[in-house]
Amino acid sequence: MATSTDHPPSRGPATRPGTVATAAGDTDAPVIVFDEVDLAFDEKVILKGLSFTIRQGHTKIFLGASGAGKSTILKLILGLLKPDRGAIWVKGQRIDQMTEAEMMTVRGDLGMVFQEGALFDSLTVRENVGYKLYEETSQPLDEVHARVEEVLGFVGLSEHIDKAPSALSGGQRRRVAIARAMTAKPPILLYDEPTTGLDPITSVTIDAEIIKLRDLEGVSTIMVTHQLRDAFYVAEHTAIREGADIRLVAADDAKVAETEFIMLRDGDIAFEGDVHELRSSTDPYLKSFLS
Amino acid sequence: MISAWLKTALQEVQDYARLCIAVAKACVSRPFYVRDVIEQFDAIGIGSLTVVILTGMFTGAVLALQSGFTLDQFGARTAVGRLVSASMVKELGPVLTALMVTGRVGSGIAAELGSMMVTDQINALRALGTDPIRKLALPRVLAGTIMVPVLTIIANFVGMIGAWFITVWQLRVASSIYWNSVVDGLYMADVWMGLIKPFFLGFAIVSIGCHVGLRASGGTQGVGRATTNAVVAGSVAVLVVDFFITKILFSVLY
Repeated sequence: MATSTDHPPSRGPATRPGTVATAAGDTDAPVIVFDEVDLAFDEKVILKGLSFTIRQGHTKIFLGASGAGKSTILKLILGLLKPDRGAIWVKGQRIDQMTEAEMMTVRGDLGMVFQEGALFDSLTVRENVGYKLYEETSQPLDEVHARVEEVLGFVGLSEHIDKAPSALSGGQRRRVAIARAMTAKPPILLYDEPTTGLDPITSVTIDAEIIKLRDLEGVSTIMVTHQLRDAFYVAEHTAIREGADIRLVAADDAKVAETEFIMLRDGDIAFEGDVHELRSSTDPYLKSFLS
Repeated sequence: MISAWLKTALQEVQDYARLCIAVAKACVSRPFYVRDVIEQFDAIGIGSLTVVILTGMFTGAVLALQSGFTLDQFGARTAVGRLVSASMVKELGPVLTALMVTGRVGSGIAAELGSMMVTDQINALRALGTDPIRKLALPRVLAGTIMVPVLTIIANFVGMIGAWFITVWQLRVASSIYWNSVVDGLYMADVWMGLIKPFFLGFAIVSIGCHVGLRASGGTQGVGRATTNAVVAGSVAVLVVDFFITKILFSVLY
């Protein structure tokens, strides 16, 4: 049974009174709100009473063991799954009761990088990256080509534009997936295990793309991972533009505070806080996870 | 045990009906992916041409061979054309074409959509704002429903050519007698039956392929299972649908 509220509840210490998650350009406004969300598959409880808020331009990193329900949260945000109970808000719209057709509009605000990339095998890199603009908009082809080349340049894969996804390495496929997710300039990007199975050097490249998108394009980021090294890297670095160059530097305290970690355990939140609180936690489960 | 099986079976039927309704709705609303429809007409229609021509040709030839020797015992060798045309147009053409398309197209669709399902490509489509039913199922169902009747007509024609070849060169019946016999053996009701049935068979084959593919789960093993199920369910459906449509058409046309 979903809650009957008409507006998303404001929660968390930084919430301003009266804030409603509708203002797309409102800095610090909540863009995604989960309110007491329950989900179970048959007898297996995946999420129980999960509540959290993600703010405009901020980052939320979900940690947890395999099967803890991390990826399920992303599917709930995209409307690929429906919760059994509770409410989910995306940019001020309650999505848990929407039909598939209504969700198509909401998905315009969301970009998703799937585990392993989920690139379309039958399309080239260009067609994959520009899929949404080619197929779902009436934008002139010249503009779409230009945008595709621009985002592929952003992730450093311009020379692979006419290749098939099968001709790319694992890391390149993930970067193409990131490029595809950002082509239509969504204000919220969801990453499902973006670095799992990649070597450390390639992982840092992917982390850098996530940071660049967040800090230079103002994208709100939700990242699901169990790669702690990458999670900390994303939380503790920021991207700055110096002329034509983009550099990654250590983030200041204010920037670090914009990234929150949530540790899931048995469908519930075992920890919620910033990187300093996570590192200094004395909880035995967290310590075993961090060690 | 039985109730669990019944529940699963009902769920399967319900999901299949939902898919058919969603395809019907997508047919009459926008967006419509014209390029995908054309691609599927090519893949299902042109792509199945070789197998359908070979099947039709050899079915007609063996039909002439078998019936020729049997009819010979009654001194009715000249009636081979009549038997071949009636059998091919009314029954063998539609059913064999549909079975060939099930093996080639039904399995291919289940494998392709199943792979997309287990590698999250279907979810990626939805995340990018595309309805997989419109983009993937509708073009295939349209192409299957329209191209199976076209392929059946081709199979019927080449079947009669195959039979003509055997009748003239082996049974030593004059070509003109064979073709006259072919025309004599056909009534308009037979032609209508041979034309109407493949629409239903084509729809059944492709919609089952899509349904099974879009329900695939469990990695590559699940894709293999989906492919097998598509061929088995598709082949059985061809024979079942053929029986019921024939029964209905008999009461309507004759």
